[in-house]
Amino acid sequence: MTGEFTGAPRNVAVVACAQSDHRRRTDELSEVEMLMPVLHEVLERTGLTTADIGFTCSGSSDYLAGRAFSFTMALDGVGAWPPISESHVETDGAWALYEAWVKLLTGDADTALVYAYGKSSPGSVRDVLTRQLDPYYVAPLWPDSVALAALQAQALIDAGHTDEPALAAVAARSRDAADGNAHAQLPGARPQGEYVVRPLRTGDCPPIGDGAVAVVLAAGDRARALCPRPAWIRGMDHRVEAHSLGVRDLTESPSTRLAAERAGAFARPVDTAELHAPFTSQEVVLRKALRLDDSVLVNPSGGALAANPVMAAGLVRVAEAAGRIHRGASDRALAHATSGPCLQQNLVAVLEGEARA
Amino acid sequence: MPEAATAKEHVAVVGIGQTKHVAARRDVSLAGLVREAARRALDDAELGWADIDAVVIGKAPDFFEGVMMPELYLADALGAVGKPLLRVHTAGSVGGSTALVAANLVASRVQRTVLTLAFEKQSESNAMWGLSLPIPFQQPLLAGAGGFFAPHVRAYMRRSGAPDAVGSLVAYKDRRNALKNPYAHLHEHDITLEKVRSSPMLWDPIRYSETCPSSDGACAMVLTDRAGAARAPRPPAWVHGGAMRSEPTMFAGKDYVSPRAGRDCAADVYRQAGIADPRRQIDAVEMYVPFSWYEPMWLENLGFAAEGEGWKLTESGVTELDGDLPVNMSGGVLSTNPIGASGMIRFAEAALQVRGQAGEHQVDGARRALGHAYGGGSQFFSMWLVGSAPPTT
Repeated sequence: MTGEFTGAPRNVAVVACAQSDHRRRTDELSEVEMLMPVLHEVLERTGLTTADIGFTCSGSSDYLAGRAFSFTMALDGVGAWPPISESHVETDGAWALYEAWVKLLTGDADTALVYAYGKSSPGSVRDVLTRQLDPYYVAPLWPDSVALAALQAQALIDAGHTDEPALAAVAARSRDAADGNAHAQLPGARPQGEYVVRPLRTGDCPPIGDGAVAVVLAAGDRARALCPRPAWIRGMDHRVEAHSLGVRDLTESPSTRLAAERAGAFARPVDTAELHAPFTSQEVVLRKALRLDDSVLVNPSGGALAANPVMAAGLVRVAEAAGRIHRGASDRALAHATSGPCLQQNLVAVLEGEARA
Repeated sequence: MPEAATAKEHVAVVGIGQTKHVAARRDVSLAGLVREAARRALDDAELGWADIDAVVIGKAPDFFEGVMMPELYLADALGAVGKPLLRVHTAGSVGGSTALVAANLVASRVQRTVLTLAFEKQSESNAMWGLSLPIPFQQPLLAGAGGFFAPHVRAYMRRSGAPDAVGSLVAYKDRRNALKNPYAHLHEHDITLEKVRSSPMLWDPIRYSETCPSSDGACAMVLTDRAGAARAPRPPAWVHGGAMRSEPTMFAGKDYVSPRAGRDCAADVYRQAGIADPRRQIDAVEMYVPFSWYEPMWLENLGFAAEGEGWKLTESGVTELDGDLPVNMSGGVLSTNPIGASGMIRFAEAALQVRGQAGEHQVDGARRALGHAYGGGSQFFSMWLVGSAPPTT
């Protein structure tokens, strides 16, 4: 039923976005210090204060931070006084956006602040992500995120869906596009490099880095008052697949397809798609699942290949898609986020700007 | 002014399931544990996995089991494949927050029937270790949760003039209530008030028997809309109000004895539910009491007693199972504490009571019950008020 209402649902829009400059390391900053300027910037853009916000929701990961309840310190940074209506998801901030969208649809709040952050630099993110695998049968073998993505890439090549030059072209296009993105960690042309895990080369893999993002949502007239051209959320849905790689066809993404259908993505063509594809090969899977042809501008920000702050990169896609609508560069955009090994869990949001005179 | 929105869909609890909580469930994996509670909730609702549209799961820190984002691995066991699966994490209040996020999916009409589940399998790891990883430039929490909360209990005693014996009365009551709850972890058949009072002092004034255990367990509920409730085989519990509130961990103005976030949260729930006098209009309360003294403290924070008067309700027997305002009929967190699930167990017990399904710990004629959870340094709160009749608005 998601995205299709029989009654008169509220219209909810992304009205402001801010993100950090994503960097390889931020040793001099705590998570809170990295996040604070982003929070201030997004609130300044709307003129709202923390106390004006109806609902706050964030996404982050204790394992990435290396401590339990790591989000509590970020909350102190938000300035939750007087007390705020607030929640947190232990995953990418795109899912925090989903929780906030649902909250606004109930009518209990008119505005929401959504933020996400991740610092991958203090540890080895490839090792850390192994801890999200089946703890009894798979995690003890420590298969890392690049190795798992390489399995998927090889399956795609074997099935004839892509080849190494095509993957290199995805990498080149993304990083060229990132030249126009002041926040990107890896802008501009760079060599494909050596194999990291065959068939994936350095260029096929995302950079490791730190970053934060925040967006403000508002319903109806509040959105129009806060933003000249709100990015209306026409639909949003997310779906999960089986965890075990052995029971999935890694060349397909049925969860992305279903989420897109439920979000109304196929009702009319989109002009822009911001895809959370940390590996070049994953863009191949997502383009097919989302039926994106060459008429659609894919990842004009450079995507996750140009900056991949883990736990924030999905919400960054929403921010990038919404930003294009705000600026009038897009009328109907799709934003996608993923979580879990080899695109296990996927979220799709469809954003639209009102027709321009 | 809120933009015109269609009235929220009414949310009903039609299925509740939990595991028998114990110190260590060595016979099941994480997946086996959650599956057991989920299956019981579905059986209670007489629904199958295919009837569920979405799954909302919560637990406390991932470090407790040593699995990062375990919901990914648990997707299969929860019947979530092909469905939306959302993971909530709001510290100790998470079980309550998770249920509220699930309820909002129904209330917003985004989904019709949602399975919500919270769990903790503390025996997989060491919770003290999970909470004690050293962080640069931050005060270490070396004394555990009891060490953090004991000074606030002392502050309450000084402020209210409560006599020393009140804490032991709470523990004695909750442990006796637990004997009537087949799912409770601690079943101390030989419990006496004297045994509580003579148990070792851990963090003065909190004694060993006034402290929650460390449990393995899971709790699940099936939430649905009016159409789903009409098909339910057993009486539903209707959600009349629900809210979350958070405040900062540390700042000069924080009142650790009666945090404003708790008061604001309760006031929001009462407003939604049309409760003007909680002491008279609410029939039973399941509150998050990990250390005995939090019963009188939360009685005040939640508006059941005036400031400084909560301990008098406890002392006079009002909060006993057969009292005028029963508190923690299930035996509470003092008898069962799988941390991530503890909040949801409170919410589920409130629902059991108004459904008339609480068995030996049923409060006669319970029509409205409050479920309460809190977490962090008394900074995260989530609550819901459920009733035997559907909301009138």
